[in-house]
Amino acid sequence: MLEAKNITFGYPGTKPLYDGFSIAVEPGERVALAAPSGAGKTTLCRLLAGFERPWKGDVLCDGQPLPRTGTCPVQLVGQHPELALDPRIRMSRSLEEAGEVPNELLSALGIRSEWMRRYPHELSGGELQRFCIARALAARPKYLIADEISTMLDAVTQAQIWSFLLEELDRKHMGLVFVSHSPALTKRLATRIVNVTTGKTTGT
Amino acid sequence: MEERAHSAEHTHLQTHHHHSHTASSHHERGHHLLQVSSLSIGFRMYDPDAPYFAAEQRVSNVIEDLSISVHVGEIVAVVGASGSGKTLLADCIMGLYEPNALVTGEVWFDGQNMGADSLATVRGRAGGIALVPQSVSHLDPLMRVGKQVEGFSRRGEGSARAARRVKLFERYGLDESVGRMYPFELSGGMARRVLLCCALAGDPKLIIADEPTPGLDLDLAVKALEDFRAFADEGGGVMLITHDIELALRVADRVAVFRDGTIVEETSVESFASPDLLKHPFSKALWHALPEHDFSWAGAVEGSMQQGFGACVSAGGEKPSSVSGKEEA
Repeated sequence: MLEAKNITFGYPGTKPLYDGFSIAVEPGERVALAAPSGAGKTTLCRLLAGFERPWKGDVLCDGQPLPRTGTCPVQLVGQHPELALDPRIRMSRSLEEAGEVPNELLSALGIRSEWMRRYPHELSGGELQRFCIARALAARPKYLIADEISTMLDAVTQAQIWSFLLEELDRKHMGLVFVSHSPALTKRLATRIVNVTTGKTTGT
Repeated sequence: MEERAHSAEHTHLQTHHHHSHTASSHHERGHHLLQVSSLSIGFRMYDPDAPYFAAEQRVSNVIEDLSISVHVGEIVAVVGASGSGKTLLADCIMGLYEPNALVTGEVWFDGQNMGADSLATVRGRAGGIALVPQSVSHLDPLMRVGKQVEGFSRRGEGSARAARRVKLFERYGLDESVGRMYPFELSGGMARRVLLCCALAGDPKLIIADEPTPGLDLDLAVKALEDFRAFADEGGGVMLITHDIELALRVADRVAVFRDGTIVEETSVESFASPDLLKHPFSKALWHALPEHDFSWAGAVEGSMQQGFGACVSAGGEKPSSVSGKEEA
């Protein structure tokens, strides 16, 4: 189980975004985070994936705090792929950061072999996002955090990538925490919705 | 800059180059606000299969023979697959090219034939072309965002620009304190709104909006599109590049479906009410893939539309697949 227990966090010079906020995600669950723009959805994603440490409280994966070194069992795919990849290395090297990437994963995400030799600025936003997803899944996470991952994809690619991700989540029995501004997509995917400002849970 | 008039082919105002008009749009002074004709963009690159020092240069074409136009008072939505060259089209209209790009074709803006130099003189200017870029990395990381929206002003007009900025920030629910922040302090949705304010503040004639809504919640996205609508109704033109068809259909007059570097279908908004009214298989596939409809991508693959996905057809089997998360849950 991935848990955030009574966390308090904010950025320097501002009032805390959350005060004693808790959330727990079981494997196999698909939890949507809902809140208005600027309320801290992305920050919560970063906290859950270990990119930020809470001021107070703990983030635990299966009862253990997130490891500070090595591969994190919680992987984050962010909302701006163009900022998530090193602009000075080729795509193949960016992928290697996660270790061995199975070929089936690449073909399922529609990553073409000729893209491997390119630099990030030579690919479109949607193409870059596929690499980010492949990199996150290749790290064999127990939980996947998806922060607006399909906003830069067209409808066809969005449907295709989510259908692949749902299969993958089922097969590996992973948990998913995701943010989406599309109510229709949230309704399709979520098993429950957590409001980040109030901490309340609703079904779909 | 060439000063050729572009009125000759517009004597029959309602019947020309295969598009229809909506009631509100028109040809001001007998020409399009923006016309792109037979545009091709290719990239020079070294042959990746050749040995390192012996590699020859070749050109890989990304956009081929593309024509599109925007009238005064009109929003044209360009929808299409990711990676089909939508952003390249936007960059091209702004005169922003990668160093290795080969661009041919013509761009006419307000009746004048534009080259890269003349495009540079109209972009971001009053009465010119403004871009809402796709990537938030277009914001200057070292400049407070309020200043970026106001821009640099000549003596005497600074206060007017500041007042305009305050008004825009208010409209988009950005607090005054946001103006003093740097881009890294903004959330995704806030950064997106700042980019919108930047484009609207410049008093342009034409807005090229490249994916302006991701990261905005529905209310804000609708507000942004309403602003585009108002902007067009006041005599501007908008090219709305997006994959969010549902949102685009709310405000657009015409929809151009873009795929693999060219426009496969240009149709009225009404055609998207039902897939039967759409002609091209890719337009139909887009309709079916919407989460509001079937959320399926089978049509796109069966129609052999997605070359890159050949591998996953064999892996995924032939049955039509659609996401059925609800049943499992």
